[in-house]
Amino acid sequence: MAEIVLETTGLTMRFGGVVAANNVDFKLRARELRCLIGPNGAGKSTFFKCVTGLQTPSEGHVYMRGEETTQWLPHEIASLGVGIKTQTPNVLDALSVFENIWLAARRFHPKGEANRKTQEIIERLSLNAIARTDLGRLAHGERQGVELGLVAVGDPWLVLLDEPAAGMSAEDVERMTGIIHEVNKTAAIVIVEHDMQFIRSIARDVTVFHQGAVLMEDHVDKVMSDPTVRNVYLGRKA
Amino acid sequence: MDLFFVILLEILYAIGSLILISAGLAVVFGMMKVINLAHGEFMMMGGYATITAVDLGVNIFIAMLVVAPLIVGMIGLVVERLVIRRLYGRLVDTMLATWGLSLFFIGLATMIFGNTTTGISTPIPGFSVGNYQISGYNFFIIAVAFLLLLAVFLILKTTRAGLIARGAMQRADMAAALGYSPERIYMATFFCGSALSGLAGAVLAPLVGLVPTSGGAYIAKAFITVIAGGPSLIAGLLTSAGFFGAVNQVFTFAVSPVFGEVALLVSAVVLLRLIPQGITSKFFRGKF
Amino acid sequence: MNGSFQKDIVVTVIATALLIWLMPVFISTFTLTVLIIYGMLGLSLGLIWGFGGILCFGQAAFFGLGAYTYAIAALNIGESTLPMLLAVAVPAVLAALLGAMMFYGRLNDVYLGVITLVVTLILFKFINSTAGPQYTIGNARLGGFNGIPGFQTLNVPGRPDAYIWGDAYFHVCAVALAGVFLLVSALLRSSFGRIAVGIRENETRMSLMGYDVRARKTVLFTAGAAIAGLAGALFANWGEIVTPNLFSLGQSAEIIIWCIVGGLGTRFGPILGAAGLAYLKFLLGQQSMIDNTLIMGLILVLFVLFLPRGAVPTLVDLFRSVPWRRRSGRTIRARHTRRREV
Repeated sequence: MAEIVLETTGLTMRFGGVVAANNVDFKLRARELRCLIGPNGAGKSTFFKCVTGLQTPSEGHVYMRGEETTQWLPHEIASLGVGIKTQTPNVLDALSVFENIWLAARRFHPKGEANRKTQEIIERLSLNAIARTDLGRLAHGERQGVELGLVAVGDPWLVLLDEPAAGMSAEDVERMTGIIHEVNKTAAIVIVEHDMQFIRSIARDVTVFHQGAVLMEDHVDKVMSDPTVRNVYLGRKA
Repeated sequence: MDLFFVILLEILYAIGSLILISAGLAVVFGMMKVINLAHGEFMMMGGYATITAVDLGVNIFIAMLVVAPLIVGMIGLVVERLVIRRLYGRLVDTMLATWGLSLFFIGLATMIFGNTTTGISTPIPGFSVGNYQISGYNFFIIAVAFLLLLAVFLILKTTRAGLIARGAMQRADMAAALGYSPERIYMATFFCGSALSGLAGAVLAPLVGLVPTSGGAYIAKAFITVIAGGPSLIAGLLTSAGFFGAVNQVFTFAVSPVFGEVALLVSAVVLLRLIPQGITSKFFRGKF
Repeated sequence: MNGSFQKDIVVTVIATALLIWLMPVFISTFTLTVLIIYGMLGLSLGLIWGFGGILCFGQAAFFGLGAYTYAIAALNIGESTLPMLLAVAVPAVLAALLGAMMFYGRLNDVYLGVITLVVTLILFKFINSTAGPQYTIGNARLGGFNGIPGFQTLNVPGRPDAYIWGDAYFHVCAVALAGVFLLVSALLRSSFGRIAVGIRENETRMSLMGYDVRARKTVLFTAGAAIAGLAGALFANWGEIVTPNLFSLGQSAEIIIWCIVGGLGTRFGPILGAAGLAYLKFLLGQQSMIDNTLIMGLILVLFVLFLPRGAVPTLVDLFRSVPWRRRSGRTIRARHTRRREV
């Protein structure tokens, strides 16, 4: 079995009286693709933020490739080689597509190499036409695409995506699916998503969140046909 | 015993002045998230309005408590309509524009009143407590400060206007959806905030010689007090003025007035480093 | 940034030449010197604010600190070289400490502004109160609101009797500004500079890319303070006296106004804004019809309301939109942003 690249034990996040994440145990292996689903407020994004260092969990531990990263800040986690895409696109609006991706590449490569890798990704993602355009002027789908590019350019071994398909057209989603599969050849990927069609097309194993805890973890077909999961999504008692 | 009483009074006075100095800025910042850096100059204009009114024969208390707030309130109204209105949501731009306004008003005041210091004497005589002389005016200031705070609290808590204002403060779009015009609420709020600044300036004017640049001394303290106070209007003002006022006075007594001032500033830096969102973001949360 | 560093060098050399040989025809070198110094001060804030996104309300603190450090050191050492170096180092060290405290404390825009404002006030209040004879550092009396006069001014290194003053000093300042400008340009073209701009745009994204935003902001902040300190030392030599007014809130306000009016996100904007407004103030001071503070305030308000990008970017856009300059295939930027790199 491949090594475990991401693990959480007893991960809990409290905001005042609200328990947003409740004692979550999670394991992810190298080059695995996992989707996290669940209704609104289920704790998926909270889990995501705790793992990426955007929030510090109230209790529990996070391990990446065996190293404890629970209290780490986002930049320390990213420096390990982890690519992160947040729910609302976090990109550099006044800078061009090229500059955005270059800055991501520069973190792990010297200047010249960064230039090369940036060109490479731009080619692969067919971003040539807009390479010199400022991010702020691009359509939402294009921005998400660029963000994916800057996540991938650093050759990460773990990629965490929060709602990558949000607001994207079917075409964009298809293209993105292709990119994700490519990245998956070398990286483990965690995708938090709402878009059921997208999940059906891309997922293998799925973890279902409900009220801050893991409800079920299984292959996508089993999960989709499970009555408990359906009830949870429809708001009935689980 | 006498000394204790005097010290207590001085501390209350320091807290009271901080409350007065900061109230106008607090209302505007707390309700509209606008940082009016011309607040000090509004105070200065309140002072000049008072002096002018008194020269024209108006009773000094009426000049301080009625005329000055009205005049400065009107000035605030004009400022809101012409400048602030265009910059809502742009916090830094509002700070810069109001800083420009403060310079404008300083220049204007200099042109009208000149550079020399004008003064009015304190209208309430002092009296003795044991071996110490106390200024009666200090009592007046403490009274005005706390009455003001009480009045604002009561208005916000018990009146319909106060409720609407509090609603708009939390969610302007919801208030608008319910039929209340945010523009009018902001206009009224800015009027009240400016009037409060004018009142404060008027009341504090007899203590120091008034000069067009007097506002500068106030703005920093007011700014610090309001920011350190945090999101709650009244609770924030009370706690932060209480804290800084006490620090200021303690160090003034222990060492010297300059040291007291520096101590206030240093404690502000420490406090903001520890609780960047202000005191009432951590303590007394939910109280307005 | 457009063009290349070679282009920067050419532009700088030409501008400096014009400054040294052409400008004295219109304005006295004495006045030009102080305009250059203010230009450098404006650039120091323009660097950290326009390119780094750090709004410092107290840049005057580093300016004043540089001036005072020079004066005190010169009074104690009697020769100008070491004091000049100290005048750059002391503000830089303070900035490093202050910056670390602020940036590692995750303070944002407004709170940064408050703290930097407070630090300037602390310095001002403190120095202003040191009039008594007991406040001395070595041979130098701090002098309180009177300031410190009578210190050794710039001399040829190693020869304390060979003073550099008047036109020679003007040339030194012009070259110093040119040097600082080129250093800043090189910095902005470097990876550090590009990353700094990224941080200005979106700190979260830069963190997620793996950059330690706190450390980088501290370094940039320190660089800005060093430049302001140098400007301060040059000012001390020009004015031959240092007073607490250098630390004042008013001085900090002016620097901010220079940047807004000149144009944030550009290198020339703050320099020209500073020189232009300082000269305007000088001219206005000659007349007594309208108070010059009123005019400065009015200018700031009007610019924030109607020309928030500042003079230089607006003029550049105007220039570029004229038909005979239009390049094929290039769309004219109509977007209303404050960030532009020139």
